[in-house]
Amino acid sequence: MGARNRITMVGTSTMPSTQTLIHAEHVSRDYRLGETVIRAVNDLSLEIGSGEFLALLGSSGSGKSTLLNLMAGLDRPTSGAIHVQGKNLAALDSQGLARYRRETVGMVFQSFNLLPRMTLEENVELPLRLAEIDRGERSRRVAEALERVRLGARSKHRPSELSGGEQQRGALARALVNQPAILFADEPTGNLDSSTGEQILLLLREIQDTLGMTIIMVTHERPLAERFANRIAVLSDGKLIDQFAMQAGARA
Amino acid sequence: MKLRDLSELAARNLREAILRNSLTTLGVAVGVASLVAMLSLGVGLQTLASDRLTKSGLFDAIFVTSRREFRGPGSGPPAKPSAGATKENPKPLDDDARQHFAALPNVVDVYPQIRFFTDVRFDGNTHATNVLGVPESSRSMSAFSGITGQYFSSPTAEEAILQMDFAKDLSPQPASLVGKEITLRYAERRTLSSDEIAKEKDIDAQLDAMMSGGISIVSREKKLRIVGVIESDPSAGIGGFGGGRVFLPIRVAEQLHAAQANDVQDFVRGGGSGKPTYAALTIRVKNPKDVLQVEDAIKKLGFNAFSLLDAARSLRLVFTVFDLFLGLFGSLALTVASLGIINTLVMAILERRREIGVLKALGATDGDVRSLFFAEAGAMGLLGGLFGVTLGWLIGQALTWGTTIYLRRQDLPAVKISYVPWWLAASAIVFAVIVSLIAGLYPAARAARLNPVEALRYE
Repeated sequence: MGARNRITMVGTSTMPSTQTLIHAEHVSRDYRLGETVIRAVNDLSLEIGSGEFLALLGSSGSGKSTLLNLMAGLDRPTSGAIHVQGKNLAALDSQGLARYRRETVGMVFQSFNLLPRMTLEENVELPLRLAEIDRGERSRRVAEALERVRLGARSKHRPSELSGGEQQRGALARALVNQPAILFADEPTGNLDSSTGEQILLLLREIQDTLGMTIIMVTHERPLAERFANRIAVLSDGKLIDQFAMQAGARA
Repeated sequence: MKLRDLSELAARNLREAILRNSLTTLGVAVGVASLVAMLSLGVGLQTLASDRLTKSGLFDAIFVTSRREFRGPGSGPPAKPSAGATKENPKPLDDDARQHFAALPNVVDVYPQIRFFTDVRFDGNTHATNVLGVPESSRSMSAFSGITGQYFSSPTAEEAILQMDFAKDLSPQPASLVGKEITLRYAERRTLSSDEIAKEKDIDAQLDAMMSGGISIVSREKKLRIVGVIESDPSAGIGGFGGGRVFLPIRVAEQLHAAQANDVQDFVRGGGSGKPTYAALTIRVKNPKDVLQVEDAIKKLGFNAFSLLDAARSLRLVFTVFDLFLGLFGSLALTVASLGIINTLVMAILERRREIGVLKALGATDGDVRSLFFAEAGAMGLLGGLFGVTLGWLIGQALTWGTTIYLRRQDLPAVKISYVPWWLAASAIVFAVIVSLIAGLYPAARAARLNPVEALRYE
């Protein structure tokens, strides 16, 4: 619905026409598993434009989640550089990365990851607490974020009292509350039935349209990626094997 | 993260695992309680001992004598009080000196030792005994706390307190003596001026008076009302009241001008210049800790001064060592409790891996995570400390209660053996928090180091 009159690039061009927001250059990430070294991401380069909805597509073990974690500043590459808004994430210290996650990034996970001890409202407030936002401002922004995901009425509920879809919407509100430039979603529909998953993705696209933020989503469901993303990057064995933009019509 | 948010989150986390955290906090509380109970016992016993000793009059007293006493025979007449205190001219211990001492800071009382022989007449019988002047400051002494009757109504009241053994000589029911009257018969010393000598009727009497150095002794009588009988002799050793059996307010005793041993000494030395001197003066200070400073001041004035402070010091040393050991045993329990904190928090890390990962993904720094675990450890320490101090105080009360029952059975007065001063309570709480924070160091560092990707990996 949000993509009705959207103009996107057509074709398999590797470069988006919009301004580059994230630029990964020859990024590798090795994991040591006993004696063997596993290269989860292998010399991968990728550019993501501001305002894009990019789907990282691949089977499990393809390195798509690792790449997402690297771009979200949760992890550091073994080699290579990831430039976001002019900063090289690989060169930031842990404090700098935490700040980047706090100010620039919002994250949504497959298993929602709402803290069970807290009410929905408190979960959404968490990033604002970490950012040391004033209390009055906080409650205003929490209410606004919950309204945006249409959970205003459930703010006092604990995660266990919410359905899966509601939990993921709550997680989405939490990811949005600090007004990030980039939203990372790691298999956001993986724990949901298909219709609920679709609702979440519709919501994601609506948010992208209204707030103009960049969304990077990891998924292994090709049809979903093709329906909602405006560009798809396909990963296999830690390498980018294909990337293409979707036509506006495909996203209806 | 702001401190308020940090404490809110910590409080929430503590509330969530309420049973485990309560048990851990209880562990800290028991540790603190044992520490507080041990030390309160130490402090209580120390307070008891020093209180008793203070009331014994041993440790707040300075005994002053003139340096004259230590000079060889054949010394000249005493120097004028205004003269400097040199070795050749030591100052006499007279009224001027006494007033000088009384004006020194922290001095409560200055009094001479007045002890003289007397005959006491009561009920038609005569009993020979010693009379002793008692200063007003002795009111609080332990010897007078078990008095039958009461202490002197005023420092100048013409009243007497009898020692029990002597009272038994007077009457088989010593308690019935209170309110009765006794008559003292004693020798009054008179200092004669040259005018008085000249008034003597004949030349022989004048010569006698001059030869005797101007002292004459007259027999006198004094009626006194008995106000109390005391069990123990308020003897305070050196310079104290030893040997007295009839006690008078010292100002009353002084006014009697009864002949004393040092009058003879003065006489032998060619004294009798008209100004009486004291054999010794006792100075009472406000607090035993003032003794040293007052003693120094008196020595500088040119007198000999002596106190039992050294004995008090070694007593303090004994108690310090005693407290140290009690404290060590108490700390042992707290150490065990700190292991409990470490265990609880390490367990919490394992359980809350996911949560730590989420916090980090949402932008928490390593420092935020560390502070959160630290705050939880500190809160357990604070709560444990508060609860422990209360518990320790209660244990101390129970000990005092038990001791009181035991002492009562032994017909002894009740004492407070456990005492929790504010500094002990405060430092126990601070100590508990510090120990808990140290216990929280490792778990907090471990939680902070946690890799967010691994922490978020689905289990």
